[in-house]
Amino acid sequence: MTLLEVEQLTGGYGAVRVLYGLDFVVDAGEVVVILGANGAGKTTTLRALSGSLDAKGHVRFDGRDILHRRTEQIAAAGVAHVPQGRGTITDLTVDENLRLGAYTRRDRDVDTDIETWYAVFPRLADRRGQLAGSMSGGEQQMLAIARAMMARPKLVLLDEPSLGLAPIITQELFRTLGALNREQGISMLVVEQNASLALAIANRGYVLETGSIVVAGSADELGSNDDVRKAYLGF
Amino acid sequence: MSRSQQRLLGLAVSVAVVAVLIVWFGWIFPTNYKSADTRLVAQAFYIGVAAMGLNILTGYNGQVSIGHGAFFGVGAYTTALLMDHEYTFLGITYGHVSFLGTLLPCAIVTFVIGALVGFPALRVKGLYLALVTLGLAVIFPDLATRFVKGTGGTSLVALTPTELAAPSWFADHFPSLSAQDQWAYTMCFALAIVGLVGVWVIARSRFGRSLIAVRDHEAAASSVGIDLARTKVLAFALSAMYAGIAGSLSVLVLFNASADKVETFQNSIEFLVALVIGGTATVIGPIIGGFAVVYIDKWTKDAFPSKPVLSPAIFGIALIVLMYVLPDGVVGGSRRLFAWSRRTLQTRRARPAAPATPATPASTR
Amino acid sequence: MALFFTQLLTGIQNGAVYASLAIALVLIFRTTGILNFAQGEMALFSTYLLWKFTDSGLTVWLAIIITMAISFVGGALIERVVIRPVEQSSALVIVIVTIGLFLAINSLAQVIYGSGQRAVPTFYPHHIWRPGGVIISSDTLVLVGVLAIECLLLFLLLQRTKLGLAFRGVSGNAESSRLLGVPVGRILMVGWGLSAAVGALAGAMAIPTTAGLVPSSMQQILVFAFAAAAIGGFDSVVGAVVGGIIVGVADALTIGYVNALHGIDLVVPFGLILLVLLFRPAGLFGSTHVERV
Repeated sequence: MTLLEVEQLTGGYGAVRVLYGLDFVVDAGEVVVILGANGAGKTTTLRALSGSLDAKGHVRFDGRDILHRRTEQIAAAGVAHVPQGRGTITDLTVDENLRLGAYTRRDRDVDTDIETWYAVFPRLADRRGQLAGSMSGGEQQMLAIARAMMARPKLVLLDEPSLGLAPIITQELFRTLGALNREQGISMLVVEQNASLALAIANRGYVLETGSIVVAGSADELGSNDDVRKAYLGF
Repeated sequence: MSRSQQRLLGLAVSVAVVAVLIVWFGWIFPTNYKSADTRLVAQAFYIGVAAMGLNILTGYNGQVSIGHGAFFGVGAYTTALLMDHEYTFLGITYGHVSFLGTLLPCAIVTFVIGALVGFPALRVKGLYLALVTLGLAVIFPDLATRFVKGTGGTSLVALTPTELAAPSWFADHFPSLSAQDQWAYTMCFALAIVGLVGVWVIARSRFGRSLIAVRDHEAAASSVGIDLARTKVLAFALSAMYAGIAGSLSVLVLFNASADKVETFQNSIEFLVALVIGGTATVIGPIIGGFAVVYIDKWTKDAFPSKPVLSPAIFGIALIVLMYVLPDGVVGGSRRLFAWSRRTLQTRRARPAAPATPATPASTR
Repeated sequence: MALFFTQLLTGIQNGAVYASLAIALVLIFRTTGILNFAQGEMALFSTYLLWKFTDSGLTVWLAIIITMAISFVGGALIERVVIRPVEQSSALVIVIVTIGLFLAINSLAQVIYGSGQRAVPTFYPHHIWRPGGVIISSDTLVLVGVLAIECLLLFLLLQRTKLGLAFRGVSGNAESSRLLGVPVGRILMVGWGLSAAVGALAGAMAIPTTAGLVPSSMQQILVFAFAAAAIGGFDSVVGAVVGGIIVGVADALTIGYVNALHGIDLVVPFGLILLVLLFRPAGLFGSTHVERV
């Protein structure tokens, strides 16, 4: 079942055009990866999806057109965007960040969910009363992911989760992401520069170059594609 | 037309425009218009001078001050007191100095006070700095009232007509500009030109670039060797000096120096408003802002002569609307308009005959 | 000795007034990150409304509540209509807009209600006790009491409710909050509305203790409230309260004891601001931002 369908996505920042007619899809239960170098337009793509900038084209999520809706409405519809740089609210505690993540929910299971995520990320549990800004980059990234999950989203957009983190942390992070996808069936669209980590947990992927998709295929296909290997996998 | 030819034409046009403006403002206007009008434009000029000073500090250097009315007041007092009173110091009697003679002392006094304020300001940033400068604007009137005895028992220092009139050497050389209002106007115009040139030179100089560097990124600026303290304190001192000179000029136009609390605060706000309306960090913006402030004020007062209490409301609403329409000031807005029209003209010229065929959306599975 | 305590109490009473307006300033600063020059005039307008209600015979405490409610709506509308269009512009532009608001609201109040002096009643009886020569007035007790209740309610709202959490989230990082589905625009309106209501209460408490309501009533209070918020730290409600008390007490004691400062008593709050900021550039309770270069 197709969860996210993007057609001819075009957009940018004011007079500067960044995206030139992107077409891609994400099916339910999949991890889809968008690879690309700096400046390719990866972050711009996610921002267009979560309504943070003006774009043209068609974006259908769960059957509904979300392209021209406001960010808050898109989030309420089930799209969680973990922005580049984590975006944790530094003045709030870990617990408060998680609770805010559940803002759009009206059910009573918020507290149980918080405990569930503490079990998945024990390091967060240790710091639950601590201000988010006092934690390390890796811990903040985990917080950002847990917080996004608190909304019980249908699709999680992750913008360069490995950015600025030590290799050992990023490996643990991607292992967790992979487990979340396999065990809980959470669909993800991950944008990454670190191709090997991303492809290891992905079903399919696209390669973005200066605003256009140049390669598309399954994770294995991309991994064995010569151009991709030379440009993004280093061999 | 080639690029260099275009540039030469642009330069020629600019020089011509400036020459026309100088002739018009310097000669034609003051000799042909009523004194009420000359006084108004004189005000626009000295407010422009104060705004220019504030521009150095706030526009180019990013330190927001809502207290420059205090420096303005100090300048006005220095000039008024030197012109009107007599002082004996070290056995020499000073007093009844000519207007031009007061300019140097005034500049020095306000420069020094500005530097003195600039030092503690180093520790305080942004919003908190603005509040400290507000303190200046609020304390100055009290200090002046306390320590300066003016005429009539208040802190007002009023000048006699002889003191305010044009000096004889001026009246002899420019007989058609010898009326008091014309003399005041000419001083305001002349010093506004001097101030403009000063800002133009600063903006292009190394100091000007370090002002901007400090404004935009202090850590980076200091890492390339810019002395933060020197830059910021100098910015304060220069801006205070400009405001002080503006205050001196105001004495000729308003006939007195006043330390009224409300007025000092209003002046502080007026300079800031003039700066923002004209365009921060632009050379000509503050002067345009000075004119804007003076004329909007006049129009709002004339709009409802029977209900004077309404004019601040209209002024306030005008300010708000102006900020919606021209957030980067008149200069910024004109630059945008210019750039937009240039882009539209260029695309019109370059538009191809037929539209491109739409690409078929490929399924990228 | 009795004089000292009397002055101290006067200082605390004034301090409570400055603190309450400072709280309104802090709420808006935390919401939209700006200094609201129009805060005093908004409170002024609310107090004129209050006068109108009480003048028409409405019981005072009811009139205060209604005025606060109307002020809440007014503040929210001001954010939506006047401030929203320039929220993304530079701080200077926003300051000019609030200055424009200051002029417009003050002028509007005079147009609607006239410029004459108006009497605003209190909802409590005026009484003075004189234990041991110290003068204690009911005004002091009520003002401090109201401030305490206000702080408690604000604390509960901000720290224990979902709305308060959303508010603190938006204050901390509006973009991230938006991505979580928080309706940032509406929260901003709530922030301004709350601030206006708090300001209305400040006016309702403060004006009856002065000679009467005149168009310039809130201007000196605003200056002291700025001082209080600056000393306490602009992003801290606790700071606003502490700052207010400090300013009020310092001012009262200097007026009472230091004759040399007669007539220039405004030196006190601003001298204090400078002193505090020299040692703690973000105010006593403000949060210093560590910037990664």
